[in-house]
Amino acid sequence: MSACRLATGGRIDRSKPVRFTWDGQELQGFQGDTLASALMANGQSVLGRSFKYHRPRGVMSAGVEESGAIVTLGSGNRAEPNAKATLQELYPGLEAYGQNAWPNVRYDLGAVSGLFSRFFAAGFYYKTFMGLPPFEWGSGTGIWMKYEKLIRKAAGMGTASRAADPDAYDHAHAFCDILVIGAGPAGLMAALTAAKAGKDVLLVEQDFELGGDLLNCTDDTSEARRQSLIQSAQKAGIRIMDRTTAFGLYDHGTAGLLEKVNDHQGPPAPYQPRQRIWTVRAQATILATGAIERSIAFGGNDRPGVMSVNAGRAYLNRYGILPGQRIVIATNNDSAYPAARDLSKAGAEVTLVDARATSAPSLPDGLRHDKGYAPLRTFGWKNLSGVQLAEHSETGWHAARTLDCDLLLVSGGWSPVVNLSSNRGAAPGWNSENACFLPTPATELLFSAGAACGIWQNAACEASGVAAAQSALGEPAHPPKPGGWENPIQPVYEVRLPAQKSKSFVDFQHDVTSSDLRLAHQEGFVSVEHMKRYTTLGMATDQGKMGNVIGLALMAEALGKTIPDVGTTRFRPPYTPVAIGAFAGRQVGAHFKALRRTPLHNWNLKRGAIMTDAGLWHRPWYFPKAGETIETAYIREAGRVRETLGVCDVSSLGKIAVQGPDSGEFLNRVYVNGFGKLPVGKARYGLMLRDDGMVMDDGTTWRLGKDEYLMTTTTTNAGKVMVWLEELLQTRWPNLRVHLTSVSDQWAAVSVAGPKARQAIADCLIDAAVISAEHLPFMGVTKAVLKGDISAWIARISFSGELAFEVFVEAGYGEAMMDLIDVAVKAADGCLYGLEALGTLRIEKGHVTGAELDGRVTLNDAGLGKMASSKKAFIGDALRKRPELTRENRPQLVGIFPKNRSQNFNAGALLIIPGDEAGFGEGWVTAVTHSPALGHWIGLGYISGGHRLWADKPVMATDPLRKNDIAVEIVSPHMFDPTGERMHD
Amino acid sequence: MIRIPCPFCGIRDHSEFSYGGDGSIAYPALDAPMKDWHDAVFLRDNLCGVQTETWQHLQGCRMWLRVERDTMTHEIHSVTPAHPGMAAVLEGDQ
Repeated sequence: MSACRLATGGRIDRSKPVRFTWDGQELQGFQGDTLASALMANGQSVLGRSFKYHRPRGVMSAGVEESGAIVTLGSGNRAEPNAKATLQELYPGLEAYGQNAWPNVRYDLGAVSGLFSRFFAAGFYYKTFMGLPPFEWGSGTGIWMKYEKLIRKAAGMGTASRAADPDAYDHAHAFCDILVIGAGPAGLMAALTAAKAGKDVLLVEQDFELGGDLLNCTDDTSEARRQSLIQSAQKAGIRIMDRTTAFGLYDHGTAGLLEKVNDHQGPPAPYQPRQRIWTVRAQATILATGAIERSIAFGGNDRPGVMSVNAGRAYLNRYGILPGQRIVIATNNDSAYPAARDLSKAGAEVTLVDARATSAPSLPDGLRHDKGYAPLRTFGWKNLSGVQLAEHSETGWHAARTLDCDLLLVSGGWSPVVNLSSNRGAAPGWNSENACFLPTPATELLFSAGAACGIWQNAACEASGVAAAQSALGEPAHPPKPGGWENPIQPVYEVRLPAQKSKSFVDFQHDVTSSDLRLAHQEGFVSVEHMKRYTTLGMATDQGKMGNVIGLALMAEALGKTIPDVGTTRFRPPYTPVAIGAFAGRQVGAHFKALRRTPLHNWNLKRGAIMTDAGLWHRPWYFPKAGETIETAYIREAGRVRETLGVCDVSSLGKIAVQGPDSGEFLNRVYVNGFGKLPVGKARYGLMLRDDGMVMDDGTTWRLGKDEYLMTTTTTNAGKVMVWLEELLQTRWPNLRVHLTSVSDQWAAVSVAGPKARQAIADCLIDAAVISAEHLPFMGVTKAVLKGDISAWIARISFSGELAFEVFVEAGYGEAMMDLIDVAVKAADGCLYGLEALGTLRIEKGHVTGAELDGRVTLNDAGLGKMASSKKAFIGDALRKRPELTRENRPQLVGIFPKNRSQNFNAGALLIIPGDEAGFGEGWVTAVTHSPALGHWIGLGYISGGHRLWADKPVMATDPLRKNDIAVEIVSPHMFDPTGERMHD
Repeated sequence: MIRIPCPFCGIRDHSEFSYGGDGSIAYPALDAPMKDWHDAVFLRDNLCGVQTETWQHLQGCRMWLRVERDTMTHEIHSVTPAHPGMAAVLEGDQ
């Protein structure tokens, strides 16, 4: 190929030169160029290396179907591999690099793999893993684990950066009456028709200019028509999005769009996104997505210098490049003829080879016209030097003469872009008259127009756009019929001689050849879906835009069937690749998930809290003093709670206000234990089950007034419990007069625990008498006023097993409350404690949390069976009595001590009879901590039959993954203060 | 993306909603026999076609809704409040 830039013509702006680099070399193009056109104008013909064989590849197209000019854009943390040079707009400073080659795409040592190509045929991957051919050497030894790495390294695409993507991506939402995808003649007319009918229209175009095929025309009338359509569209108030690809269509009129906001002008400013994903909800959608010209399989059809006819025309008419001097155009349809005229007029020596012997159109004088021929194989290596033709007869193809040329343009027909309607389940139907798949009518408001439904002339495309819009508006429409060529197309998918050796590519990106397809058939892959997966045809980043139809045709031939009988695979989104970063949007790093802060969050941090995740919350984990590790810190904190006083932020607990005259009855049905007779001013620990009888959640509920309760839930189940209660009230018990309000965020809550707790709280109150033992007994609830006139609720509730109070104030007063309590803590020589110490305290007491109530546990399993009321029915009551759930030797909650008290064991370990390591064991360990009160490691867990059964029997806590087998003793789960004297004190 | 017409908020993306379950189940009384509860909780039809489901408009009005949806096409045939009183009031409005 000896392409050169012309002095005039095209849509580029020659007054605006643009400097860019290719493999480090500085080159120049113009405003309006793509990277591909600029590289061609600079005489660069080899732009890539193929996937498996490292064959040199050049520009093959001028659009999304590109399979040759696959490059890496940018460098460092902005390197983007596998980009299509045909889609990248040129901008000053653009960096691009060849990929999958060493040292570079022009001289690639990897090309030696072509010599071993017989090992890389379809399915080589699966076969070579059986052992190295030809003797399956190494079979069964695992050697393939090693050479898999080598194969992966040799075969492949570009390399993604390992560094984090520095750019931002946005998500946006849009609504419209009618979404039109594609702004060629059909799309523009469809949008205009709909807008004139008063509809809100969104018009989306992947190119950076509107006009579709009109951009590739040189005549004045086409350009005038394009301008007038665009002006009318703007005047009609149509919202136009260019550089935006509709990558998928989804249910109920939803479309996914990728807008390339800044890719045409380099790295974005810090406040700008690089790309933006739009979710569009449209009442109706019109697909004016055009058609893609396909190739023909013949020997060396991938050589640099072979491209589609339409690409040749686009580079000439849009980019002002004469792509070759001696051009052979091979076609089987009429669409190549305007290109032949344009290229000849621009000064090239053109030979038009038409597979149709008799029914080809005529050509102006001066063009050589060979009828009844098709390309058989090409000559050259990195540049094309000639093409040998073949002549068709009844017995097949026969070699004919060779033509010298530096550019071969091929048209094997056109494939309408049916990908998006296929997304919606409308299977494409074969149209033999035009040798292409056409969209079939959808069961939703989805219509196709223009070349996307096989209409080949621009004027008819406009009429088709009008008709599609009328259909979308529910008006009668008369769309033009598919077609538009004077002479019928003659299907040609492959040209080969029976014994031909040279490679004919079907899928250029994945190096799938026509012989691979025949091999797949020979090996029994007779379904089109199997063939696709075995050969990887159509599975590269171009999703088989150029090769799929040829593949299906060859498959049909091998099976002795027709193409419609073979069928086609269903297209899935995305139509063109979408960066993962675009899907992630702003939800990266610290914004990966929402962060919930308690009202005491900053106060905790100021006091040196190390935080840990609890669902979406951050909660204090421990408060280290200088030199402390997490272990020394939590053991100190837990010990201090039992000795003097500890204070812990419990604001993240779920809190639900339950109000209304039937609240008591409601709670009675939801909780296993009775709440009907709970007096005002008292709290009760409650457990709720699921319908199936398993424990769902636990917490205390306080009766604040006659018809008013405050329910608390565990931190992690707060949302789930709220949803569950709403479901019950709205769907099952609509007659209960109960209102629920989530008030989790409205309260700041702190637990003050330890022998000195009462004195500490008293120091904070205006009237200390409200928390005296007489006024506020165990499980009592009272209103109180803190110093500084802060209203509070105080409940005498203990999770730690010590004398303890929970103090609730309005969220905004949280820090003020903590400042008061802090003084009292210091006076009592107490401390702040975090989740780790909280865990220690509750494990010592045998109190259960999410680790024990994991959704597979019954009341009896958790040792809480006595709480269930027998005087009332409640949710889960019926199914908790299923035989399996009442079986005697179910795993039950137990305490665990190491036999040798100086040893540690692991949460997650299995509890087994020593020596009996097979199977699931007898139970498991749920939580382990070091107990300062007992002076050694302790744990909770479940074991078949419970602690009485195992009292004197040897048990091992075995953890094969972490290699820690420890002899343990099974004890009662109430390991510390089993009678609860301390908290009742 | 399924779009669900919430009777209170208008048509919204399904990502605002949370799927409940089979909306055709009549749950037995709390003191009903275990067999009735077993059937209500565990026995489900696997319908090809229109089925009644419950959804909650979790990120909207938080109302539980009864939705008739075609499992083959996602077509939504009707959406009404699951609370019969609410449904009656809305019905009366029309």
